[in-house]
Amino acid sequence: MNQTENSVLRFEQRLLASPKMDIRKLSFFYGKFQALHDIDLRVPERQVTAFIGPSGCGKSTLLRTFNRIYDLYPDQRATGQIWLDGNDILNRQQDLNRLRARIGMVFQKPTPFPMPVYDNIAFGVKLYEKLNRAEMNERVEWALKRAALWDEVKDKLKQDGTRLSGGQQQRLCIARAIAVKPEVLLLDEPASALDPISTLKIEELIGELKDDYTIMIVTHNMQQAARVSDYTAFMYVGNLVEFGATDDIFTNPKQKQTEDYITGRYG
Amino acid sequence: MSEVSINTHISRQFNAELEDLRQQVLDMGALVEQQIAGAIEALVQSDRDRAEEVIARDVEVNAMEVAIDEACNHILIRRQPTASDLRLVVAVIKTITDLERIGDEAEKIARMAAHLATQEGGTDSYADAGLLGNHVCQMVRDAMDAFARLDPQQALAIAKSDEQVDRRYEGLMRQCITLMMEDTRAIRRMLDVLWAVRALERIGDHACNICEYVIYLVGGKDVRHTSLKDLEQEVFGG
Repeated sequence: MNQTENSVLRFEQRLLASPKMDIRKLSFFYGKFQALHDIDLRVPERQVTAFIGPSGCGKSTLLRTFNRIYDLYPDQRATGQIWLDGNDILNRQQDLNRLRARIGMVFQKPTPFPMPVYDNIAFGVKLYEKLNRAEMNERVEWALKRAALWDEVKDKLKQDGTRLSGGQQQRLCIARAIAVKPEVLLLDEPASALDPISTLKIEELIGELKDDYTIMIVTHNMQQAARVSDYTAFMYVGNLVEFGATDDIFTNPKQKQTEDYITGRYG
Repeated sequence: MSEVSINTHISRQFNAELEDLRQQVLDMGALVEQQIAGAIEALVQSDRDRAEEVIARDVEVNAMEVAIDEACNHILIRRQPTASDLRLVVAVIKTITDLERIGDEAEKIARMAAHLATQEGGTDSYADAGLLGNHVCQMVRDAMDAFARLDPQQALAIAKSDEQVDRRYEGLMRQCITLMMEDTRAIRRMLDVLWAVRALERIGDHACNICEYVIYLVGGKDVRHTSLKDLEQEVFGG
């Protein structure tokens, strides 16, 4: 058995063993417009899965279904199933606050709250847990350390979060997301507004966080997808075209559409 | 299996760079073929001048290897190639290493030829070496042709024909040993012939390596260190 077959086998075994999320026949509609078509995907646990594809292919839409953030808009709806540890999160009975604590999200533009760094982290935690002051201090420090930001902000916890640099703000948002101890982290173009050094810090952080979290990242930067992810999904006009181990996708994709996209060819 | 085509990128400059890279490899292949043919000619015809010519031109082969390596580095740095583009660059980097070694073997044969040309004695075994030489030269030509046309079937056929090279090589070895036993004064000369024959056999192996890179380039499967049967399965069984 050669190496490629080996990696494919390992890949399939891991997926069969423990998908963190199991997406079945997921379709999504913005009013009458269908943005996702029957997506079937099993997201491996404690791995980084990258979503790539041209603008408008539905990768951000897909990410937005995973914590039902679209529920904020009345004319948007999803059909199909998204199983999270044996629970269909599209179910109406799903407690959305609880869901969003389990599945954190970080957006393209850093979105710190206009409040002190400390409160940025504590704000979300207070919604879900009753911690005393010492416990809260501990949690804030833990989250900032996990997000590789502690050393830079430990002396300015009272400073307004919006006064940090762009890269620091983004890591603050990641700290805020992990402070509530989610299981899944959704990152929508988390580094596209950052300089190369801040980008590398975020990527480094993703590598460290995957030991504890299942991470899904949407990125336009294919080299970034190749650098940070274990698995890559290529999407095109609302369809999941190909999903596989990142090394395989970037050396020998099975679908011509994937090949054309990642090599910069005319589709 | 993804298709390999060079000229369809959105970036025309990238198209041009890949096309240029491919052309440079084919040029290097053509030069290496000439070197083998020249070395065999020098050996069979005991032509010392021809041998010297081949020895002198090896620096050109080396220079081409360096230049193509640089072009590959440039593409890796500037374009971060993926999929079939990445496989092309990887295959080129490996192919030119084998081409350069083929060039070295040709030079080695030319050195033996130059030495043999100064000695007296029968040239019968040289003629047989010439047959083997023509065979491996054809293998290199076909391998480069398979590379140019991205043809894994042809690559497989060439890899298969290496068995004949091995048989001829065995035959020539036996012939040399017999001649050495018959006439101990011929040992020095026969050793030179043996070295040259050995170099030809190695050229056949390098041609096979290039064929494996072609199969990798087109289908994305690494077929090094696999049996001919598995190779066949890979190319035809998909």
